[in-house]
Amino acid sequence: MTVSALPAAESKRLSPRLRKLEDERWLALALLAPTAILLGLFIAYPFFEGVMLSLSSARVGQPGEFVGLKNFHKIWDDSIFRTTVWNTFWYTGVTTVFKLALGLWLAILLNRHFKGKAIIRAFILLPFIIPTVLSTFAWKWMFDPTFSVINWTLFQLGLITTRINWLGDPDLAMTSIIIINIWRGVPFFAITLLAGLQTISPELHEAAAIDGARPWQRFWHVTWPLLMPVTLVVVLFSVIQTFADFQLVYVMTGGGPANATHLFATYAYQLGIGTGLLAEGAAISLAMFPFLFVIVVVQLLYIRRVETR
Amino acid sequence: MIEGALWRRWVFYNIPLILFVFVLLFPFYWMIVTTFRPDGELYLPWNAPNYMPFWTNNPTLEHILYLFEETNFARWMFNTMFIALVSTIISLFCGVLAGYALARLNFPYAGGLGTAIFITYLVPQTLLFIPLAEIIRNFQLGDTPWSLILTYPTFLIPFCTWLMMGYFKAIPKELEECARIDGASRWKAMVYIIIPVAVPGILSSGIIAFTLSWNEFIYALVFLSSPDQKTVPVGVTSELIRGDVFFWGPLMAGALLGSIPVAIVYSFFVEHYVSGLTGSVKG
Repeated sequence: MTVSALPAAESKRLSPRLRKLEDERWLALALLAPTAILLGLFIAYPFFEGVMLSLSSARVGQPGEFVGLKNFHKIWDDSIFRTTVWNTFWYTGVTTVFKLALGLWLAILLNRHFKGKAIIRAFILLPFIIPTVLSTFAWKWMFDPTFSVINWTLFQLGLITTRINWLGDPDLAMTSIIIINIWRGVPFFAITLLAGLQTISPELHEAAAIDGARPWQRFWHVTWPLLMPVTLVVVLFSVIQTFADFQLVYVMTGGGPANATHLFATYAYQLGIGTGLLAEGAAISLAMFPFLFVIVVVQLLYIRRVETR
Repeated sequence: MIEGALWRRWVFYNIPLILFVFVLLFPFYWMIVTTFRPDGELYLPWNAPNYMPFWTNNPTLEHILYLFEETNFARWMFNTMFIALVSTIISLFCGVLAGYALARLNFPYAGGLGTAIFITYLVPQTLLFIPLAEIIRNFQLGDTPWSLILTYPTFLIPFCTWLMMGYFKAIPKELEECARIDGASRWKAMVYIIIPVAVPGILSSGIIAFTLSWNEFIYALVFLSSPDQKTVPVGVTSELIRGDVFFWGPLMAGALLGSIPVAIVYSFFVEHYVSGLTGSVKG
């Protein structure tokens, strides 16, 4: 490299600090430092503290002492915790299937040229960008036992004769929460999958059509495999966010009726912040970690396999 | 793509699309109607004879006035705006620098650090809120906006970094090399050549970070306690419900007004928002 003499000559005029930044390693260190400090202070350190807390007998205003795995034994025998685990898996599983199916359907509906497409796409994302707590209140009002507009509509259509107490019955309450989560998640799936669909060349479809493939076969053998990498990442994000969800349940039921609709986060909040049992609350939140870890590892391995295929 | 008769287009495309749009937007319509409906109409049982749910002939501003006169709503809006803006700026600053380093520099452990960022990207806030509350208290930050301004970057930085890495990787290496041949230092090449090219990415990350901060709930719920420190989602939840009594009119008015800033920002930058969203899921 004959040109390398020039920057070297230039760098003599730089201050010693800037000259150090010419070295990629020092520059990288400097650029990563703010991130490392913030994430270290508010993710790594709390994680460590959380583990310590969950192994102690701490309560609000009472530091407590080391008790080993006692809190984990305790929550394992707790029937509410078991319901919570079941709820979380049910909630995550059902909503993910529906979000993927409906999101893909909506993406396919949007993947063509028509008037007003840009506006419709912009409006469709609203459920995803409006703060969850605020839109969930609108749903709570729609599901209100006495003033429900949903009951009114079903009644007017002749589908029901008495009111449905949406949030008073455990199964219905869970169903309501699932509906809202799907409502909020479908736009995210639709828009990201639409972006995936748009990268698929129409020529592939034409070629398949010429070879005599029917629409359904074209979808199954051309679109779906090519969409797989995007789908997997979208599902990964959605599963993690849903698994660790808090806002929806907190607003809709607060975990009720009779602790039947708790997720990990809401139960941890109720014990840790609500009743001040910090150690047990921390243990419940941390109990999410192994599940999340397995989900992430499995998904990442699968994504890698699909991408290298 | 679509062959065939007009009726098929309606049955397979237009009608389902209309239904999707209707269901996705109805709750917002409901929010608006409720905001302007007087209490007398609001609390008619659903099977009352003259119940007219989808419209009101007596629109009123009483709920919005209640919000501003009887609660700290204006203050909550200001708090949320301030916290969202400052934490977004901090996160962008950190995320752009870290994204640049991870995407364009060769240094030991670059790959490992990239993975670490991706993993923190996946750490949900609900995993750490209890120990974090203790830490915030120990740092004497409890019940101040700084408790949120400093903690929101924990989920915004990984996101911004990840997105920026994608944008930086797409910029050809030659661009930087040219600048360096012309005598620019590494630092100058980054600040004056590469970062300006990545401005669309910075806008996308910034807008999404802003909406994410506006949406955040559990940290704000746990770290803030006095009414005049709260953010909109927490204020609405804690001050407009007394025991079992829901003040539905003001609640919906608060939900509507609290959504407007996000909706405005979003409407100006829809394309950036969408490209950020789709960029964020690229592996």
